[in-house]
Amino acid sequence: MSLGLSSLTLLVALTAPVLAFAESPTVELVIHNQQFTPQELPLPVDTKIKLVVHNQDSLPAEFESYDLSREVVVPGHSSVTVFIGPLSPGRYNFFNDFNHAAQGWVVVTEPATHPAH
Amino acid sequence: MLATAIIVFREVLEAALVIAVVLGASRGIAHRGWWVLGGVVLGTLGAGVVALFAGAIAEAFSGTGQALLDAVILLIAVVMLAWHNIWMSSHGRKLAGEIKAVGAAVQTGNKTLAALLVVCFTAVMREGSEVVLFLWAIAASGGHEFGMSIGGFAGLIAGVLVGALLYRSLLFIPIRYFFTVTGWLILLLTAGLAAQAAGFLNQAGLLPALGNGLWNTSHILSQSSILGQLLHILVGYIARPSGIELVFYAGALVTILSLMQAVKHQHRPPPARPAAPSQMDISPTDP
Repeated sequence: MSLGLSSLTLLVALTAPVLAFAESPTVELVIHNQQFTPQELPLPVDTKIKLVVHNQDSLPAEFESYDLSREVVVPGHSSVTVFIGPLSPGRYNFFNDFNHAAQGWVVVTEPATHPAH
Repeated sequence: MLATAIIVFREVLEAALVIAVVLGASRGIAHRGWWVLGGVVLGTLGAGVVALFAGAIAEAFSGTGQALLDAVILLIAVVMLAWHNIWMSSHGRKLAGEIKAVGAAVQTGNKTLAALLVVCFTAVMREGSEVVLFLWAIAASGGHEFGMSIGGFAGLIAGVLVGALLYRSLLFIPIRYFFTVTGWLILLLTAGLAAQAAGFLNQAGLLPALGNGLWNTSHILSQSSILGQLLHILVGYIARPSGIELVFYAGALVTILSLMQAVKHQHRPPPARPAAPSQMDISPTDP
């Protein structure tokens, strides 16, 4: 019983990273009227995220970030997928390279720590 | 108008710098201008095609189509540039000698010109498609045609001028050291392109990041600054690199350098023997 439980724990521990890879949580970002919504995108720490960027404008945008080392054209009225992370806590700037007035931040915060006993 | 000029400038700059390095690296090879021009023309056509199908490309492969296309285009350029450097490591000395002796273009090197044509093609197609897409959308939104044309043209000219400036500066290097310098330039450029390809494959979810932001030098040299951008294009500077980008950068450097060394040793001429050069030509050095 104990052996079965520990091998099950081991199995979960071994496959967890693979599962995390296969099922990255999806987060949506919208470009509308040449602005990002939301402008601050809270993301979990140390997690690979599937970010779907929807461009609702007719102008193409270029989702770009030096902090995240990401760059992709989002044609008008279409959506693209950008995988980001896993990230450590911090603020990561991104912008529309075709219109620098559009700025946004990925905000990664430490998980709430449990109070000490 | 100014915003258009700046955007077009930055996109053109990347292609212009790559072409400047390619023009330097092919110095003295006959008809290289036509090959480079061919690459630019084909790249411009390719940029139009990519822009035409931008919507379909963007939504392909669950929305990662563009990153995958970028990665493939970059890796093709990496292979071609690597091939050029490996070829030069066995022919560079001869080429420099001939240029100095003849003082005119030499006929060797058609194969490497073909590789460099592909490099120019990929650089222009990748950056050009973004320019085309951007200008096209502004034109489609109406009412900005005049300012857009002026801005776009100014950006194009400015980008080409910076490329020309780099090329003219390279020509100040004495011919004896010239191909050594361009060889290192190509090597670092190639490693940077390989790192960019890794970034795109990671962006598409195909490769792990192996650690994001292993270090951060953006407070010393921001990647958005002009110098940061120049260094990003020319030597692959990334202010906040990921592990996979480092692996590809170092991997490209080590692989190309080792192949260059291997080829150089294979082709190293035997110690000077004035007699019987014809026998040397047919000596079975190749396995």
